[in-house]
Amino acid sequence: MKGFDLLAILTNPSFVQMLVHGVKMTLIIFAGSWLLAMTLGVLLLALRMLPAKPAEWFVEIYVSYHRNVPTLVQIMLWYFGISSLLPNGLQEFLADHNGEAVFAIVALGLCQGAYFSEDLRSGLRSVPKGQWEAARALGHSYMGAMAYILMPQAVRNAMPALINHTVSLFKNSSLAMAIGVAELTHAVKEIENQSFRVFESYLVATVLYLAFSLFLMWLGERLERRSRMAGTV
Amino acid sequence: MAMLSNIVSIVENNWLLLLVGQYPNGPLGGIAATLILSVLGIALAFPLSVLFALATLSPWRVLRWPVMGLVYVARGVPLLMIILWVYFLLPILIGANVSGFSTMVVALVIYEAAFLSEVVRAGIQALPRGQMDAARALGHSHLGAMRYVILPQALFNMIPSIISQFVSTIKETTLGYVINVPELTFAAGQINNRLLTQPFEVYFILAIIYFVVCWTLTRLATALESWIAWRRSGAGNTAVLAATHAVAAES
Repeated sequence: MKGFDLLAILTNPSFVQMLVHGVKMTLIIFAGSWLLAMTLGVLLLALRMLPAKPAEWFVEIYVSYHRNVPTLVQIMLWYFGISSLLPNGLQEFLADHNGEAVFAIVALGLCQGAYFSEDLRSGLRSVPKGQWEAARALGHSYMGAMAYILMPQAVRNAMPALINHTVSLFKNSSLAMAIGVAELTHAVKEIENQSFRVFESYLVATVLYLAFSLFLMWLGERLERRSRMAGTV
Repeated sequence: MAMLSNIVSIVENNWLLLLVGQYPNGPLGGIAATLILSVLGIALAFPLSVLFALATLSPWRVLRWPVMGLVYVARGVPLLMIILWVYFLLPILIGANVSGFSTMVVALVIYEAAFLSEVVRAGIQALPRGQMDAARALGHSHLGAMRYVILPQALFNMIPSIISQFVSTIKETTLGYVINVPELTFAAGQINNRLLTQPFEVYFILAIIYFVVCWTLTRLATALESWIAWRRSGAGNTAVLAATHAVAAES
């Protein structure tokens, strides 16, 4: 084994380029799937509150499927399975346009959407019922009461869970390497293969992952503190 | 309809591979390996996590800081990265070849112990402060109070969370696929490579199997949770007391 030499990796232009590309890909997957998940989370919550039973069942099945099947299996089902059912033209288009990344974003987003909707739902449930009645008594419409009175409090209550799940979504972006997306973990494995410096390459990736996760946790804590109401814990 | 009959025939032709992998002609795999991996992961992580939780709650900084560091690393670094580290470091540390299976067990134990220690810590902190005060007033030391008064109550309340963590562990064993551990996802990959033409059916079956296993356990956790809440609400108070005494007397 060679001696420890971090610079052997950090000063090699082609390795640095692979790392930068990997980080970029990881962030794209994270941001894309987060947006998809948050949108879905809100939509699923809205669907669940419709007065129709079938809508509620649909959301229940959706949530329990995505929570009880491993994320990696969901990614594989999309990438290997569902992709094969698409029309040929679309399959070829995706193959030419970074299809792996698209499927990773879709799979991670759909999965995390289930978690987000549950977080928001329990946040909404812990808003006291009197808030709703007071909002309606003050003349707010259903949507108005939701948008101005209930949801802001629900999001505040759900904040810690949303932050935790955001961090785990970021960590799960590494699963995309299993279907060949060139994100950070994939890039580091590639660098390790070419440089034979396993320790140094893994160290770089671990530090990068940890730094970004800690940044997310710090950001979350700040947001949480800012959104907290005066006089409550 | 064609798809349904494909699914049935894939299951008919490969149920043994899905159940136990290539055993006895090869390593144990399939659902059996997935479950053994998860049980070993949780069973070995649990005692470690209690020690970690005690360390984070202890008045001594030397114990607190390294464990809190580990918890942050586990919370901030993908499990996949930890598996790669163990895959690379473990053979160097013990100077022998390590199978993918053992690599996976070690990685799961490290990761789960860190997460479970947070569960245990929360469970301990959820007990009323008076329990500790009363135990100390009765003359127990800090550790004695933990062992005879706090832990028996906290661990009992924690059973549902531990089952949830077990479900997470089952889901995490799929990552063994990346280092070729023969488990359920690996078996599905083998079937898919052999058939080539029915990827959707194969991965759909895989998803359903995981769903059935994890959903059942999740329901069990929910049922236990409401049972424990009912007992703690007072309806079963005498029973809880009796159980606590029994546990304390045994240990």
